[in-house]
Amino acid sequence: MKDVVTKEELREALEERIGSRLLEKFESSTVAICGLGGLGSNIAISLARAGVGKLILIDFDRVDVSNMNRQQYKVAQIGMEKTEGLRENLREIAPYIELESHFVKLEDSNYHRLLKDADVICEAFDVAEEKSKLVDFVMENMPEKYLVAASGMAGLATPNSIKTHRVTSHFYLCGDGESDVEKLGSLFAPRVMLCAAHQATTVLRILAGKMEA
Amino acid sequence: MVKINGIETETQGMTLTEYLQTTSYNPGRIAVERNGDIIPKAKYEETVLCDGDAIEIVSFVGGG
Repeated sequence: MKDVVTKEELREALEERIGSRLLEKFESSTVAICGLGGLGSNIAISLARAGVGKLILIDFDRVDVSNMNRQQYKVAQIGMEKTEGLRENLREIAPYIELESHFVKLEDSNYHRLLKDADVICEAFDVAEEKSKLVDFVMENMPEKYLVAASGMAGLATPNSIKTHRVTSHFYLCGDGESDVEKLGSLFAPRVMLCAAHQATTVLRILAGKMEA
Repeated sequence: MVKINGIETETQGMTLTEYLQTTSYNPGRIAVERNGDIIPKAKYEETVLCDGDAIEIVSFVGGG
């Protein structure tokens, strides 16, 4: 195993795959991820692999044993702040990505300060009311931002029901829209990852300038 | 005629708050789009549905 891969080696390998035009767009972009659970931890890893230049990681929670069924943490990280755990894991995958982390609860008083530098904001909370509040705030106060949110990925309904819907020019909603963890009681790694993959793909499409009506 | 989630309704003249009270939507768990823009919750009370409006209501459910 190779201990040190240089920034140039990683960049060249990525450039060979995706081309310099896309890579330059991705590496000059900043994406905020609000909530680092099953959605957020998977979105972050996908975007880091794709070459996004900077991630803003926001969560107020610590890694818990109950997270192991679907979130991108390790048993050895139980008890650690999720911001710190994810930072460690991202560093192992993409050592040169710029990371800014905030171990804090997002709310009215700090939305603007924490999100103002992002080109795209991912809503990756688990509580429905928190999702709704963030969407309201960003759409009203930061209309120039793109927002990619999620609703409905609990249970084991068909994976084909997970979709991405463009609600407005700047607001995309991923998920099946109805599978509520409060009713179904369970979340499964692959179905949550599917929804996270929809979100991460949508972010890359926005950054690439491929937005469909 | 006001189109709500693709269905034509006769709700013109109602405020958004009044309309939502006739439905099972929980205002704390939705986003409402009208003619391409999201209407923030603080404006539901003063938003009057107009003839020709196209409204979409999306629901948030728990899990992440």
